[in-house]
Amino acid sequence: MIAIVDYGVGNLFSLASSLKYLGIDSTVTSDINKIKDCEKIILPGVGAFKDAKDKLDAMELTEPLITLAKEGKPFLGICLGMQLLFDYSLEYGKTEGLKLVGGKVCPLSGDIPSHLKVPQMGWNSLKIVKDSPILKYVSEGDFVYFVHSFYAKECDKSLVAYTDYGTPVTAVVQNESVFGTQFHPEKSGKTGLKILQAFSEVKV
Amino acid sequence: MLAKRIIPCLDIKDGRVVKGVNFLGVKDVESPVELAKFYNESGADELVFYDITASAEGRALFTDILLDVARQIFIPLTVGGGINTVDDFDRVLKCGADKVSVNSGAIKNPKLISEAAKRYGDQCVVLSMDVKRVDGKFTVFAKGGRENTGIDAIEWAKKGVGDGAGEIVLNSIDTDGVKQGFDLEMLDKICSVTNVPVIASGGAGCIDDFVTLFKTLPKVDAGLAASIFHFKEVSISELKQRLSKEGVSIRI
Repeated sequence: MIAIVDYGVGNLFSLASSLKYLGIDSTVTSDINKIKDCEKIILPGVGAFKDAKDKLDAMELTEPLITLAKEGKPFLGICLGMQLLFDYSLEYGKTEGLKLVGGKVCPLSGDIPSHLKVPQMGWNSLKIVKDSPILKYVSEGDFVYFVHSFYAKECDKSLVAYTDYGTPVTAVVQNESVFGTQFHPEKSGKTGLKILQAFSEVKV
Repeated sequence: MLAKRIIPCLDIKDGRVVKGVNFLGVKDVESPVELAKFYNESGADELVFYDITASAEGRALFTDILLDVARQIFIPLTVGGGINTVDDFDRVLKCGADKVSVNSGAIKNPKLISEAAKRYGDQCVVLSMDVKRVDGKFTVFAKGGRENTGIDAIEWAKKGVGDGAGEIVLNSIDTDGVKQGFDLEMLDKICSVTNVPVIASGGAGCIDDFVTLFKTLPKVDAGLAASIFHFKEVSISELKQRLSKEGVSIRI
């Protein structure tokens, strides 16, 4: 059973549907006891970093989630959920993250040529820099779907794959059993489903 | 580099795809779910659904279809048609839509785009514009192209993006249905005043029209069409192979 953490950020319908489509049991919940009982955790999220972090704090999920991840429960952050894994974000001032992966989250604008649009919205291809169980069914150059205005950097140690958007943009990270994808696997067609499948098969 | 997107558009009325679909090899030819699956399999990068249903009953059927599609198709879905309020956004987003497209609703209610962008983010709001040349001026039409609003299309696009629209679908009434190619002049003009993705719509008749579109106007992000895909005059997989061969960045 995979817990999809419901903390009032974004629409979880597609994520829950894609797991169901794959025949993987999941539950959408904000109850920390239920989350503890699950074998794996997915932290989704769209919107602003600070809002999301404030909500996790207000629901008293921040510390328990950090503990569970550090205990080795496989953990996947998606989009803003991935950004939350890092040390801090500079979106509208500095906000601390969960510090499960080293690095910081910065605006794309300023780091990319001015003719490129922000948000990066659309399909871009993966450049894989090292093996990871989460990409075991994915090939170099496969396309995935991004929607984001901020990105993680200074995270070389955990970088698994990036995409080229005028600058190398962190796409997949892994630090032991903590994984993150900047793109939306639940919107990335077959490639996305393969990534969710692979996450469900990660050994505890 | 981002791939150029190929987007089939499905007009839904009373639970069925309209614009007559003539599919070989697809069993229930007018079922939106079957058609969506077919497009997904053939490599569509995104699907657009327009609700052209008038009745409340039809609207409920439409929501059921969306849910059905969203349960089985895992690519971005954009929904339009009859979006007049932020509550309409809410209704379709809960059914699995990723983006919502506004057209006449934004003309009637000038605050619709800003209110929706504030609540759901710019990336969620698509401004769909039906534009026609009137006395040499690009002019916005409402109500499915039937009503001349007198609004200047360039100003309308700028205002829409300023208010928070994250994407523009530009449908040229002048080239729509003519199948002689996209309206490159109009697209170039709109692209030059906006910094959000622009989706070209209206006029595609063959694969070459897409090649010309992306080669001539590299700023255009996507090409949208309906009947040429429905009638299998253009196959999405062949189209994408050809674009790739021509050096256009595309998801194969």
